[in-house]
Amino acid sequence: MKPASFDFLCPETTEEALAALAEGGGEARVIAGGQSLVPMLNMRLARPALLVDIMRLEALRRIETSGDEIVVGAGVRQAELEAWPTLLRDLPLLAAAFPCLGHVQTRARGTVCGSIAHADPSAELPLSLVTLGGAVSLRNRKQKRRVKADDFFVGMMATDLAEGEMIEAVHFPKARHGSGYAFREVGRRHGDFAIVACAAVADDRGLRLGIAGVDDRPRVFPLPALDDDQFDDTINDIAWSLNARDDIHASARYRRELVRSLGRETLKEASRCRA
Amino acid sequence: MPRMNAARKHPVDFTLNGRTVRAEAENRMLLSDLLRHEIGLTGTHVGCEHGVCGACTVQIDGRPARACLTLAQQVRGGDVRTVEALSRDPAELSPLQAAFRRHHGLQCGFCTPGILMSLDVLLRERPDAGREDIREHLSGHLCRCTGYATIVEAALAAAEEQRKEEKPNV
Repeated sequence: MKPASFDFLCPETTEEALAALAEGGGEARVIAGGQSLVPMLNMRLARPALLVDIMRLEALRRIETSGDEIVVGAGVRQAELEAWPTLLRDLPLLAAAFPCLGHVQTRARGTVCGSIAHADPSAELPLSLVTLGGAVSLRNRKQKRRVKADDFFVGMMATDLAEGEMIEAVHFPKARHGSGYAFREVGRRHGDFAIVACAAVADDRGLRLGIAGVDDRPRVFPLPALDDDQFDDTINDIAWSLNARDDIHASARYRRELVRSLGRETLKEASRCRA
Repeated sequence: MPRMNAARKHPVDFTLNGRTVRAEAENRMLLSDLLRHEIGLTGTHVGCEHGVCGACTVQIDGRPARACLTLAQQVRGGDVRTVEALSRDPAELSPLQAAFRRHHGLQCGFCTPGILMSLDVLLRERPDAGREDIREHLSGHLCRCTGYATIVEAALAAAEEQRKEEKPNV
């Protein structure tokens, strides 16, 4: 399994990268850490004519606090965000998700934005971004735009990214005082893609449950309080609304059961953290 | 740097096991193939070639990483360390390698170079690493011979030995 041929460009400025992407159209792809893209290249599921390596663009390699958001540039590796000193305080959901996210060996190279761009329906970072109500900054040669996470993921490994555009950064809302967060997943092997992953937030606006691995993209739902009579019915309705399918990893029925049980557990844990 | 044509080989300058090297690689060449086929260091093994098995794990800029998920061009200017660098003398085993031998941490040995490169980083950065830390790092590797128990024992023994070395009077 070797990649097919492609031209390679290692630009020194973001403008140079964007010009190459504009020229390349659908045949050009950004490569950052490569932990999602290189397997696709090796299996020849992706055959771009041009790869644009953005890891030498210093402007994209920053983690910044901007108002009530943490802004993670397209060149920030997962291990760098994992080791960020205030992760536990500012992004406790991510601190809980990181141990499930691939392996030490892939987090060392893979970028945060790369995982968002890959948009695997069971991946932890897209789920976290959607559950927190984050956003993605996109840029082409002419303009910048900001898309809400929930609108960015449009289907199975499909996003709102247009030809000639690249992700410049992702925006994670900072944890608010008195909020609770929880993350859990079930997979066949530690570090594999999850069969089902759940992320929960409990704050003064109520409970929110994010679910990955069932529908073709991560989904987020508001929920009634845990002690509400309607709680079980609501979470069951959600499980049935998700277009669960049978595949070699799990049956649709098992996935729905995981949504009910993991969903309840993560919501409980998030509520406990809040208290 | 100008656009590099797919049809040609291009130079890749990087540090390999402490020495500056220049190799030639097509854009599509993986680091694992550059090491084995162009440079001739066959200690790095290639298993699944899509990042799952961990056999090809090397150290890039001090971190354990999959050589099969890294294009050769991505390590330009970087620092790569392979299993060949673990022991200074090719006739001797490093303390970690010796612990693997003592505790039967390998049988066929195919997965071993990758596991050694991951554990080498762990033990360097976290001399107090315990069973859970070791298991966490091993989760990125597949071994079909040992059942992992002897690998964990070998790593614990190497960590213990390293701690004694650092505090000779304890």
